[in-house]
Parts: sequence; structure tokens; C-alpha cells
Amino acid sequence: MAKAKFETPAFRPYPVIPIIKQGVMKDSRSFVAKPGMQESLGYPGELVDNWQEVAINKLGELLTKYRSLRVYLDTCVKCGSCTDKCHYFIGTNDPKNMPVGRQDLLRQVYRRYFTLAGKLFPKLVGAKDLTRDMLDDWYNYFHQCSQCRRCSVYCPYGIDTAEISMAAREILDSVGYGQKYCNEIIEKVFKIGNNLGLPGPAIRNTLEGLEEDIKDETGVDVRLPLDEEGAEILFIPPSADFFVEPHVDGLIGYGKVFHQAGISWTMSSHASEAGNFGMFIGSYENMRRVSMRIREAALDLKVKRIIFGECGHAWRVAYAFLNTLAGPFDFLDQRYPIPQHICEFTYDLIQKGALKLDKSANDHRRITYHDSCNVARATRMGNKPGGQFVIPREVIKACCNHFYDMPSDTIYDETYCCAGGGGLLTDELMEVRVKGALPRMEALKHVVDNHQVTHMAMICAICKSQFTKVVPYYGFDMDQIISVHQLVGDAIVLEPNDRS
Amino acid sequence: MGIWTTFYAVSFYVATLILIMGVGYKIVQYAKTPAPLKIPTTPAPLTTGGVVIRMLLEVILFKSLFRSNKWIWLFAMLFHGALWVVLLRHLRYFIAPEWVIFPIWEMVELIQPFGKYGSFIMIFGLLGLLARRLFIERMRYISSASDYLMLILLLVIGASGVLMSFVTRTDIVQFKAFMLSVTCFQWQNFELAAYQMPTDSMLLVHLGAVILLMIVFPFSKLLHAPGVFFSPGRNQVDNPREKRHVAPWAIKQFEAR
Repeated sequence: MAKAKFETPAFRPYPVIPIIKQGVMKDSRSFVAKPGMQESLGYPGELVDNWQEVAINKLGELLTKYRSLRVYLDTCVKCGSCTDKCHYFIGTNDPKNMPVGRQDLLRQVYRRYFTLAGKLFPKLVGAKDLTRDMLDDWYNYFHQCSQCRRCSVYCPYGIDTAEISMAAREILDSVGYGQKYCNEIIEKVFKIGNNLGLPGPAIRNTLEGLEEDIKDETGVDVRLPLDEEGAEILFIPPSADFFVEPHVDGLIGYGKVFHQAGISWTMSSHASEAGNFGMFIGSYENMRRVSMRIREAALDLKVKRIIFGECGHAWRVAYAFLNTLAGPFDFLDQRYPIPQHICEFTYDLIQKGALKLDKSANDHRRITYHDSCNVARATRMGNKPGGQFVIPREVIKACCNHFYDMPSDTIYDETYCCAGGGGLLTDELMEVRVKGALPRMEALKHVVDNHQVTHMAMICAICKSQFTKVVPYYGFDMDQIISVHQLVGDAIVLEPNDRS
Repeated sequence: MGIWTTFYAVSFYVATLILIMGVGYKIVQYAKTPAPLKIPTTPAPLTTGGVVIRMLLEVILFKSLFRSNKWIWLFAMLFHGALWVVLLRHLRYFIAPEWVIFPIWEMVELIQPFGKYGSFIMIFGLLGLLARRLFIERMRYISSASDYLMLILLLVIGASGVLMSFVTRTDIVQFKAFMLSVTCFQWQNFELAAYQMPTDSMLLVHLGAVILLMIVFPFSKLLHAPGVFFSPGRNQVDNPREKRHVAPWAIKQFEAR
């Protein structure tokens, strides 16, 4: 792999708070969206002439639409609690990557145009005009936030930088200064049906190939159905699961679980993507449009249940927003959560004893589990708070004999983001992605050194893509990244299940 | 009626009005602004009762801050805790024993010594917060002039109070007579010498600083006090799969067709 021109941060002997280095990430910039992409999302093609006026008006509009934005911009007291909590700050030392430093880019402008103190005494309260420099800082630094919410855990007021980043990106889009990576993907979802731009026939082809692979390996006909009307379950995987490694082994795992459960299921070529980048750009409208595909697919295929695959931010939109955006789902079976996570589904089967699992199949692996940020801090699984931590671990433990958690301040709701989420999974941001992964890599190294861990399992397509790309910079191997449902798939003892 | 008496009485009324109207306006604004999506930081409570407990742990024990940074937590806790005790002690100057039911006055009396010495803890907490802001590089980076001035204003209030209690002594009986006349709108009292605002410098500074604090409250980061209760990250029930949560503007924009 060609490595970019920057230094991978060294592992720290013990976690010290970094010294600030102003402006070091100022030029880390993702590509700007092209006019066509902007317009297909309903935004101006390029930076409008009166961008300053449009941006201020948009901020004003968002302040009346989102309580989070209004309250979060007002209440920060600059206590410093969040300053050392962001993985991007830890990895880059740039103070504008401290959560409060990032928020202040927007807060300074908010104060200047929307508060009495900032209008009268801008210097005194740190209020600033919206200049071209400021707009560029917004573009660069709000695309160095993975919206992972770690800062919000530690803020005494629950201020969530993700909300601020989303608002800033929405403003940037509305002045015609959107990001290529996110907007291109949303455009693909609207035009083709998924983030990777895989058309239906390609998906069908891939799935048939995978079915043959499973047959060759196990001798059992495990089906991976697409667009089958009348199935019980509509299953929505992230599109990366169709053919990216190691994701695809997770897809095989899902197929084996459904096979053993004996429940009819189908994927959809119309809604062939769990991810919803509408959230990344803070656009309620686009997020809703992307979500509606799932409702449409569920109605078209006449299913009774919806289950989501392993995808972190997707599970946030599914768990926390889908019912609001695309509900009510009164046409589905109300006895099951709507929607359900594949881990919840597998866990229930394990609890009922419906899966025969041979743990020794994973004996050559020593596993740790990476809590994906948005699953950990924005969603739940099961019916108890914290189920999102317990259920995936219980699934892993049911499939493996050797499981070791990373240090306690790097897991559960204190988990460190993979550093590739929230619209950053693009090559031109490699430096911030590698540097931002430092704290997670340190935690991984800890269990590798102390417990000889060989694999880090996870349930997020972005985490998997990010880590396979980034771990080599830290001396690990990309094969050490594994799907939770690959572990499940490998441990399942399949029975021929003849139901035609 | 002396000029100080007039000035302080008028300022007190103005400041009180600004404080109540300003904070009231912000509270109404926060309450009226929709929260269109469920965004509690999880794990979050599943019931309203659970949210009340979560919120109490935040506003009384600063739970999130404790998880984050023990030093900020310590200084913030000392300052806010002592501030409450000191404030309660000051009720003595604003109410007469016969106005309140048992045992409120007795409680106020009981708390006097704690309030008097509590002021030292309050100042210690403030100095700790100021020192962090001054000496830690990344704190300095995020601080504006107003952040320092706010701490200094509170320190002036605390120090002038301590000096009055322990060093210079003021005519507290006369001050209370002044204050009760202000709060009861008995302006005719101000003709009499015994109801005038005492004019020793520490009291003038102390009350002046308090009045200033009341005026800046609704325009500053002190809005964190009402704001924390409106934080969707902390005050939302975690039930999005069970209940739809559509904001009025979203219904208007997307669902009412």
C-alpha cells in the first residue's frame, strides 16, 4: 500500500494529554462536491455569491428548528472537560480538533450575529465575523469530526459536537460548498440504491456466487435471497457487505443464522443499503428521503419484520430515527422491535437454544470487541439501557472461547471511534484518519501485548473499512479485523434445512 | 434620600427585571424550539422517572464532569456547592422571620456559620478554576476575555463578602432595613436615615458586583444554569422505536400533503 506523506503517531508510553499545535490540520481537506451532486441533493451547485448572507440565514433557520443547536451554542462554559476527549485531537494536536475548539468555529459566528453580547462586544466574548477564512475552517474542521459523540459523554451539559457538525455541514451545503464524498454517495443511493453504486443485477450475481461458495465449503444450501416478495423478514445490510473484505464474511454469517433460524428472509435491491449519509450532512430532508426507501421496500416485498445488518451510523438512523422519519410501521408485526438489529436477532436465537454453536471453530482466534461509536452512544439493543454493549459481547462469547476486552476507558460508552466515520472514509483524508485512530490502536496494542489478542471484532461497515486500511500504519495486519457475524458464521453447525 | 440609596435601589430593580425577563425569555425560547429527533446520549433512561434521576445526578453531582476530569469537577463542585450555601445564608437579608413558615427562618439561622465560612471554599473553588484557565495551555486557548472576567466578577463578590464578614464590618441591620424596603416597595422609608443604604466601600462593591452579575446573566454563558435542563442529550427518554417523535415543522414540511 502506498503510504501518504505524514508521520504515523507513535504509541504513547502512557496516555498524556497532547500539547496543542495550532493549525497543523488546517490543510487537511476533503474534495468539494461537484455541481451535479450538489443539485441532485437540492443544493446550489457551487459557492453562491451572497454565501455570507445565505449562511447566516441558514444558521438562523436551524436555530429555530433544532433545540439541540440553540441550547448547545448557548450553554458551553468553556470548562475544558471535553478538550482531551476527541481522538482527532489526541492524534493531531490541533486545538480546532478539541470538541470545544471545533464547536467554537460555529459558536463564534453565532455569537456575532445572534447574541446581544456578540453584537455589542465581539472581542470580549470571542465573537467573530463570518469571513472566507472562517468558512474554509468550517469546511476543513467540520469534516474532521466523525460525529462519534464521545465528547457528549463527558460534557456536563451533554453538548454533542455531532449536532454542531451536522448543522455546519447543512449550512455549507446550502451555500454550495458541500463535500464530495458524502454527497456523491447520497446521489448514488438515490440513483442506484446503495452507497457503492451496485446495481441490482450485480448484487444478485454476487449473492449467487456467495451461495455457491458456502455450498462448496459446507455442503449445505444456504440462501442469500434478493427481492423475494412475501418473505417474513426484510434484511438491510450495508452495501459494503456484498463484496468488501472482511465485511462479506459477515454477510455469509447472517445467511447462516437465518438459515438455522428457519425464517424466510430477503434483501432488497431497492433498499440495498443500511447506511444513511443524510445524517452525516445534517440534512433532515435527505435523511428522510434515504429512509423512505426502506419503508417502500418493506411495503413492496410485503414483509413482516425489518432487520438491519452490521453498520454503526446506520443503526443510529435505524434505531433512533427510522420510526420518526419513515413511520408509522403499523403494517409490520408489532411483536418484534421495529427495526431490529441482527445482533438482537442472533442473541435471541442463542438464548432460545435455536443455534448450535461450536466455539472451538474459533479457537485459533483470540478476540477483542470494538464498540462502534454510534451504536454505543446513540442507540440501544434489547430492552435494557446498555444492551448495545452486552448483546454483541454475549454473541461473541457464545461463539468463541477466548474473549478479552480492551481497557475500560476505551470501551462501552467511552469507546474510541475508528476515526473513519461520519463522512471521513475517503482517501484524501487519510492523514486525519490514521492519526485519529491512535487511541483505539493503543487500546488494541494493550490487549495484543497482554492477552495475545489476534482479532478485533466489530459490527460496523465503516469501522471495518477504516481499520483494514489504517491498522497497517500501526504495525497490525488488516486480517485482524473481523465481523461479529463472521465469528457466528464460523461457529454455527449447519443443518440441511429443506424448505422450498 | 441619599444618592447611593437611590442608585442601588433603582439598579436593583433594573437588574432584577433584566434577570427575570432575560432568563424567562431564554427558557421560553428553549422550550418552544422543537427537538425533531431523539438524540439522548446512550445508555439513556427508558422512562421519564429515569430521566429525572439522570438530570439530578448531572445538576447536583456533576456526574459527567466527574467521569471526565476530577480536577475541574472538584473545583466546580466546591464553587457551586459553596455558592448555594452562601446564597441560602443571604436569605436572611431579604426576608423577615414573620414572613415565612416554620422552620424556614430557623434553617436560615442554622446555616449562617456554614455560609460565612463556605465563602472561603467558594473562593478556593473559583481560584482553582481561574488557575486552570490561566496555566493550562488548552484551557487558555478556549478562553475569551469574558471567561476570565466572569471568574473575576465572582471572586470580587466573594472577596468583598468575606471582607465584610471578617474584617471591615458593615452596618448589617441598616442594610437589611434598606433591602426589605426595596423588596417591599416601601420607598417612603428611604426618607429616614435608618433605612438608607450603608455606604461603606465593601458593601458598595459587593452589591454593585452582584447587580452586574444579575444583568449579564441572561446574555452570557451563565445560561448554562437553565440550559442544562433543555439539553436533548440528557433530558430525552430512550424510546424511539416505541414512539414516533415528529416535530411540528417536519410534519408541516413532509407529512401534511
